[in-house]
Amino acid sequence: MLQDYLNDYWPIAILLLLTTLLGIVAIGLGYLFGPRRSNKRKNAPYESGMSPIGPGTRQLPVKFYIVAVLFILFDIEVVFLLPWAVIFKKFVDEGLGNFVLIEMIIFLGILLVGYVYAWKKGAFEWD
Amino acid sequence: MLLSEATTTGFDLFSLVPWIVFIPVIGLLVNLIFGRKWNERIIGIVASSAVALTFVVSVLQLIALQGNHHEAHVVPFVDWLSIGQFHLPWEFRVDTLSVTMMLVVSGVGTLIHIYATGYMWFDVRYKEDLKSYRRFFIYMNLFIAMMMILVSGNSYLMLFVGWEGVGLCSFLLIGFWFDRNPDTTFGDKNAFAGKKAFVANRVGDFGFLMAMFLTFWNFKTLSFTELFPDAVAHYSGDPALIWWITGFMLLGVAGKSAQIPLFVWLPDAMAGPTPVSALIHAATMVTAGVYLVTRSAPIFNAVEGVHIMVATVGAATALFAATIAVGQHDIKKVLAYSTVSQLGFMVAAVGMGAYVAGMFHLVTHAFFKALLFLGAGSVILAVERGHHPLIGGHEDEHEPHDDEDHHELFDPQDMRNMGGLRKRIPWTYWTYMMGTFALMGLPIFAGFWSKDEILLDAKLEYPVIYWVLVVAAFLTAFYMGRQVWLVFFGKPRHHASEVAKESPWSMLVPLLVLAFLSVFGGFMNWPFEGGHQFGHWLGYTIEKATGHALHVPAFDWGVAIPATLLALLAIGISWLIYGRNPLKTGQQDPLEKALGPIFKGMHNKWYVDEIYDFLILRPYQKLAKFFAETLDWNIWHDWFHEKGIRDNFQKFTRFLADPIDLGVIDRIANGLASTVKNSGEILSRLQTGFIRNYALSVFFGVVVILGYLIFR
Amino acid sequence: MLYSMDDMFNILPTVIVVAWATALILVEAFLPKKYKFITIWLTVLGLVVALVAAINQHGIEAEAFNGMLVVDGFSSFLNILILGSGILAVALAVGYNKRFGFDRGEYYIMMMFSIAGTMLMSSAADLIVIFLALELMSIPLYIMAAFYRGNVNSEEAGMKYFLLGAFAGGFILYGIGFVYGATGATGLSQVVTAINGGVDSPTFLLVGAALILIGLGFKVAAVPFHMWTPDVYEGSPTPATAYMAVGAKVGGFAALIRIFVVAFPTLSTDLVPILWGLVALTLVVGNLVAIAQKNIKRMLAYSSISHAGFILMAFLPYGDAAVFKSSVAAALFYLLAFAITSFGSWGVVIALEKSEGKGLLLEDYAGLGRKYPALGVAMLIFMLSFTGIPPTIGFAGKFLLFKAVMEGGYYGLAILGVLTSLFSAYYYLRLVIIMFMKSGEPNIVSDRWVTLVTASSAVATVVLFMVSTPLFAWAEQAVLKLF
Repeated sequence: MLQDYLNDYWPIAILLLLTTLLGIVAIGLGYLFGPRRSNKRKNAPYESGMSPIGPGTRQLPVKFYIVAVLFILFDIEVVFLLPWAVIFKKFVDEGLGNFVLIEMIIFLGILLVGYVYAWKKGAFEWD
Repeated sequence: MLLSEATTTGFDLFSLVPWIVFIPVIGLLVNLIFGRKWNERIIGIVASSAVALTFVVSVLQLIALQGNHHEAHVVPFVDWLSIGQFHLPWEFRVDTLSVTMMLVVSGVGTLIHIYATGYMWFDVRYKEDLKSYRRFFIYMNLFIAMMMILVSGNSYLMLFVGWEGVGLCSFLLIGFWFDRNPDTTFGDKNAFAGKKAFVANRVGDFGFLMAMFLTFWNFKTLSFTELFPDAVAHYSGDPALIWWITGFMLLGVAGKSAQIPLFVWLPDAMAGPTPVSALIHAATMVTAGVYLVTRSAPIFNAVEGVHIMVATVGAATALFAATIAVGQHDIKKVLAYSTVSQLGFMVAAVGMGAYVAGMFHLVTHAFFKALLFLGAGSVILAVERGHHPLIGGHEDEHEPHDDEDHHELFDPQDMRNMGGLRKRIPWTYWTYMMGTFALMGLPIFAGFWSKDEILLDAKLEYPVIYWVLVVAAFLTAFYMGRQVWLVFFGKPRHHASEVAKESPWSMLVPLLVLAFLSVFGGFMNWPFEGGHQFGHWLGYTIEKATGHALHVPAFDWGVAIPATLLALLAIGISWLIYGRNPLKTGQQDPLEKALGPIFKGMHNKWYVDEIYDFLILRPYQKLAKFFAETLDWNIWHDWFHEKGIRDNFQKFTRFLADPIDLGVIDRIANGLASTVKNSGEILSRLQTGFIRNYALSVFFGVVVILGYLIFR
Repeated sequence: MLYSMDDMFNILPTVIVVAWATALILVEAFLPKKYKFITIWLTVLGLVVALVAAINQHGIEAEAFNGMLVVDGFSSFLNILILGSGILAVALAVGYNKRFGFDRGEYYIMMMFSIAGTMLMSSAADLIVIFLALELMSIPLYIMAAFYRGNVNSEEAGMKYFLLGAFAGGFILYGIGFVYGATGATGLSQVVTAINGGVDSPTFLLVGAALILIGLGFKVAAVPFHMWTPDVYEGSPTPATAYMAVGAKVGGFAALIRIFVVAFPTLSTDLVPILWGLVALTLVVGNLVAIAQKNIKRMLAYSSISHAGFILMAFLPYGDAAVFKSSVAAALFYLLAFAITSFGSWGVVIALEKSEGKGLLLEDYAGLGRKYPALGVAMLIFMLSFTGIPPTIGFAGKFLLFKAVMEGGYYGLAILGVLTSLFSAYYYLRLVIIMFMKSGEPNIVSDRWVTLVTASSAVATVVLFMVSTPLFAWAEQAVLKLF
């Protein structure tokens, strides 16, 4: 029985194996065939990103977070909306169309309120 | 609901009984609401007349009871809580026992209220806090109301409500002068005394509560009517249960009536104003334990051997406290330990099953001990008035001495500062003597009859206790003799005593009434043929409850004569020590010289407070401190978080930083190492570091619980 | 028909609160600064309307949304309790927020959302809904804790509460996962059907139940899941503390009672020892550590931990249907008593609090009873009620609770409860002594709404004690249909 249970995981094991192999192959090919011109800047962990040295608790403008939060807001909206739209027809066939539609309108309405609030509070103005 | 019991035959006196609680409440409300603007006379009159009216109602209950052939009558008042079959009604119980208590409480209470109108007039002036006059009488009326709830309730629950209520009032009144004179004698210490009383009483309350729970769980009721005699008789076959109930109840008695081991609060309670000492800590509240045992007589009778336990506690307290009283210098402290000792007599009596003797002593003791306390208050006030004549008051015949520093530490309660007062304050002196004789147990006086009855019962059944009590009685006569010689005889040992003033009539009249009762009060239970009225009176209730006839021993000269002789002997010895050569100013107490360390032990109450402090208080405080500091802070925070988490985290990061990173990115190795160290420090500075600690606490809880579930 | 609009009507009070709060967001966004106070009045109005709806709903038994929500006496008792608490919490906050300069309408809106979450918890009959309601209740609380922006303590409190709350939420979710794994259902009635039919892995079920207990134990602040309480209570704005002390407890206990009574009665033999340990620890630690506190907010925090222990006591007879009925009723009653007393005492704290955390030490209360006798007496009443001394509702609560526990046969725990409440007398009384017997010159900030809350709570503490019979009858009736 445990055997059956573990059998479900075979695809995952294969996926793991494949991705590992892909990584090794890609880096290996680059290692073998790529040109090497190293300098100080190039050896830094993030070649074109932030400096890895210094305090980790630097202040960032809070606006980044607001944008991130707003992104999540609409992200979730889409995540909800998509499957809903896919099976909406099925609900209509069962005679639940109105109900499901109203539910979604309520949901969108709540989101809309949040959106209006954010707008009014100036969350979309960068300065 | 009120007065709902009016019968068809006309007006029923019993229906008045709820007023014994509500008249004092009305009195206090009137003073509370309207009293702010009133002068002291009106406040005093309102408070006193409320108690006096209560006394009238109590007398009416007595009459009603006579008309009812002494049959107990229960007056339902309100249903306080009813859950399913479980009822908690508030019923008043009028029977001979409760009416006795009502009469004592309201009668003595009235006299003390009248006395207090005079006493507090001076007191608030000496303590420079005129406003507290009203507060005092509000508390006093509240106390009367609570005491009435205690004695009149028809169930242990109502008894407990009153029991807690009087405890609260006692606490408030002990700490009455909590903010005066922040030196060591008064002030904070008063508040501390209040707290001590409260804590000791809570320990006692715990006992009472447990007894109540056990009673309820086994007998299914808390109502006296249902409990006695049927329910108890039915269950008396379970001696262990009875032992538990009575044992816990005894703990409650020890708390309220100041018995070993909880007696320590009562002497400290003398920090309150003297009328409080007289009313609460001598005449009424502290006797609640005796009342409780008498009320629970059927339970205490149910099993052989319980009597010995209670009687032993009482007798031991009687003797122990009497020895301490010998070594006190404070006039009120002597009386306080005397009260503890006399309460020991009562508890011993009711413990032996001599309920009548115990209650009888309770009544006479209420007379003469209230008298003594009020007398002592009069003495203290007289001395204080000699020391600090009130400037601008209506009496200022005497110029304050120039050489006298008014800020010097002068204790108007120290008997070593007194002497020769009998000439300055003759009324107080004579009434005080009546009370003293009654307490000593000299024939004719009230205390003689009641103490004699206790000794008689003891002699017949418990010879060891008899002898212990005889020694205690001997010491009683001795310390009272010592006190009287020190206070009233000899020459004044302080300027204040030379010019002491007699108290006003409002204080002397209650003294006279109480003196009369202390002399003749004993005749209510005349122990010869045709007498025993008090015994018969109480018998109606106790015999009904226990189902047994009361045993009334005949008067025995073999007890009375030796007791009297011993008292006289004690007086003689006290005369030899204190009377023949009166104490001089600044002279050491001759007894102190003679007894040396023993006297020191007596004076320091045999170090009971220190022992308790060492055995109970300090470990308790340490435990709390340990929990708060060591466990919560040191172990969790310092040790666990700082050592366990942060240091290891640093070690780990350093391990990552040094050997690994160094080899890989060697050019910035130094920079990185210091960065890690810095961020570790930043980490420890940030309060958020603690969250991990908290989360770990949750985590450990989870591990323990799941571990239990899986490996159980 | 699976769904209908009747569902919405059945949970009308909750719908009102949610809709009202949502609408208030818009109102708040468009109101000019001068008229911001309107939000407060509208909040109160909304809560009152919901309260009327909740009272109106009393006695209705219904299911909504396919059995995911249940409307019964239990939920209506708790709805009324939490809506009333919300009104008191608003009254406490008005002056305080203005005084400390964070007078923003969002505070009240957040509180409304939190209230809606608590209400949903009281009627949720599905583990998933319970979890969602829990988050709806908690997230606004995190925000309220951090609402005093710019104050490090407040921000820290919010952060701490959030992180640890999320941590505990994880346990609940994990527990729900286990239960689902064992029974294949999340609806409480389906779960119990599955359990009665026999489950393959009883250990999974047990572990799931224990994890849910742990997560909710965190919400109600039971030891050892209490560590956040003192810090968060101390750091949060005091009105927010006052609300979360009651709100989080109501929600947590509502869910605990509903889940364990409906779904897990058969697990009682396994879970009772754990509960026993939790209760004993909570009582002892809460009451002992409170003694060492010098800050009144921390002291009340530990005191609230200990009260959680007392309420948890009611769970022990769990599984014994005859006794549990009265013990759950006692728990509800105790919750009510705690809420009233707690709001009153926090009102006194607010009256004395000054900026920068001044006026919060116990010694700052010296002389209060003399200078402001009415306030002192009110605090005295609350302390008596917390200790459980008559004539206060706290006494009735403890009495009924101990009675129920002893009926269940847990004498040891009852004795421990009596003993620890004896300990608690020490620190409650110490405050009384400081107030009445130490000299000092406290200054209070006069605020009529706070005064109103304090005074009415003080009166209610005493008066409700007198009428505890009908109140308890109400609580008993509320739990009748649970079983």
